[in-house]
Amino acid sequence: MLYLAPILPEAIVGLGAIALMMVAAFVRRGSIWTHWVAIALLLAACVALVGAPQEAGRVFGGMYAADGFAAFGKVIIFLSAAVAIVMAHNWFERDYEHGAEYPVLILLSALGAAVMVSATDLMMLYVGLELQSLSAYVLASYRRHDERSAEAGLKYFVLGGLASGILLYGISLLYGFSGTTGFTGIAVAFAGEEATSIGLTFGLVFTLAGIAFKIAAVPFHMWTPDVYEGAPTPVTAFFAAGQKVAAILLATRICLDAMAPALDAWRQIVIFAALASIILGAVAAYGQTNVKRLLAYSSINNVGFALVGLAAGGEAGAQAVLFYSAIYVVMTLGAFLCVLRMRDADGRPVESLASLSGLSQTRPALAAAIAIFMFSLAGIPPLFGFWPKLMVFNAAVDAGLQLLALAAAAATVIGAYYYLKVVKIMYFDEPAAPFLRPRSPLETGLIALAALIVSPLGYLLIGPLGRLSANAASVF
Amino acid sequence: MIGLAHFLTVAAILFVIGVLGIFLNRRNVILMLMCIELLLLSVNINLVAFSAFLGDMAGQVFAMFVLTVAAAEAAIGLAIMVIFFRRRGSIAIDAADQMRG
Repeated sequence: MLYLAPILPEAIVGLGAIALMMVAAFVRRGSIWTHWVAIALLLAACVALVGAPQEAGRVFGGMYAADGFAAFGKVIIFLSAAVAIVMAHNWFERDYEHGAEYPVLILLSALGAAVMVSATDLMMLYVGLELQSLSAYVLASYRRHDERSAEAGLKYFVLGGLASGILLYGISLLYGFSGTTGFTGIAVAFAGEEATSIGLTFGLVFTLAGIAFKIAAVPFHMWTPDVYEGAPTPVTAFFAAGQKVAAILLATRICLDAMAPALDAWRQIVIFAALASIILGAVAAYGQTNVKRLLAYSSINNVGFALVGLAAGGEAGAQAVLFYSAIYVVMTLGAFLCVLRMRDADGRPVESLASLSGLSQTRPALAAAIAIFMFSLAGIPPLFGFWPKLMVFNAAVDAGLQLLALAAAAATVIGAYYYLKVVKIMYFDEPAAPFLRPRSPLETGLIALAALIVSPLGYLLIGPLGRLSANAASVF
Repeated sequence: MIGLAHFLTVAAILFVIGVLGIFLNRRNVILMLMCIELLLLSVNINLVAFSAFLGDMAGQVFAMFVLTVAAAEAAIGLAIMVIFFRRRGSIAIDAADQMRG
């Protein structure tokens, strides 16, 4: 049994999800307890990530990696899945929506995401990615009586299916022209004289295009605003946080491991996607009036910065990506927790930017929290969101990509406009109807914690988080 | 003699038909589901052809995984389509127009 120790966290989440589904089917009394069990499973999986088996390196014939890089990603994924379950408590209105399906689907999606960050074989990568995506399609259309949720699910399914097809076509070419599905073997093929073969190049391009779809990088971002708007807010939060980080880390591993010798080939693609995401994410957000759509463009914009770090390549680039992802997740989850607080007098969720008008007078604490998250997402210096951006630019400059860093930094200014617009609406506009005061101390605590981490106090975390991410990046 | 190139050409043609089907089709969602299936099956032709010509089993195992996932994907796609139909009373692509911008 010892050879199974490296996948203990995945086993806890996977077997736990199956058992939870079975038990919940036979227990008649409510189902809110399943949410707590799911959160406990995710936290237990995080604890199981500590220990020697998690540094075992390649296991199962080189198909799976239990290393620091994967563990770093899994902690982010599991914690954001737990937050997504906490968020659901006050969100779903009807009883059936509190059913056991929601936590089980989140658990399965988190399991797929965990397999994605650990995969070192194309087959493992595909299975993990599909497990994560198939659960996500169902989650997006979870409020099946809501027209927008059904439409979000449909759009996500069709475009996600297309992305899987493109990715799989690339994978089949990589397999055919390298003769193996393992990342190590593919790296050998890229380093050999086969490297110039048109088949391998096509495989690389299709694979990266498929992954770009999953991380919502321009030019494959068009599903993001619709899906983020239509999906239930807790689900959107999970998409923007855990799922996105899993896809970014998957891209990092495949670029820095399987395609490492083909640096020049993938770097051009990543640079283009990074710049296009940063600029489009900033420009397209201008006319938006829906908060969730705005956050969708914000996530496209942020993915661009993470890709700048990836373009730098090497250990420094990987460390920048990891650090960026960790802070990005805190900011995003905090922002979505605040979106959950936007409810009119009857308790119905509202999503328009206009409803935030004058929030600083009716709910000063909430307004301050949103302002902190917005300033931080914009990367304005005293806040912690500035530091990961600086790290990313640093890595790019060190890798000789000064122009890229310069262009990205200039685009940050464009993006700052709409983050600042939100703050202006909250602090300088006439107050709109006040929001309902919710009673959920756990969510309040999470907002406060997230705000504390991204506040200037967060700089105290640079030491420990830097060491963790450096250790995680040392696998490349 | 039919060689690897012939198989790859057929798979590439099917793949292109699938992609074009998704983008050009403006009528209904079932056609889109069929196009997605076509994409996955064209990949399977690729995998099995490579597997046979490389003398390596991994490609055939991979094809089995793809078939299994494609079945699960079709089930989920049809389920989502049903809930969409219940709300809108139509499965035309143009009916999915609640969110724009």
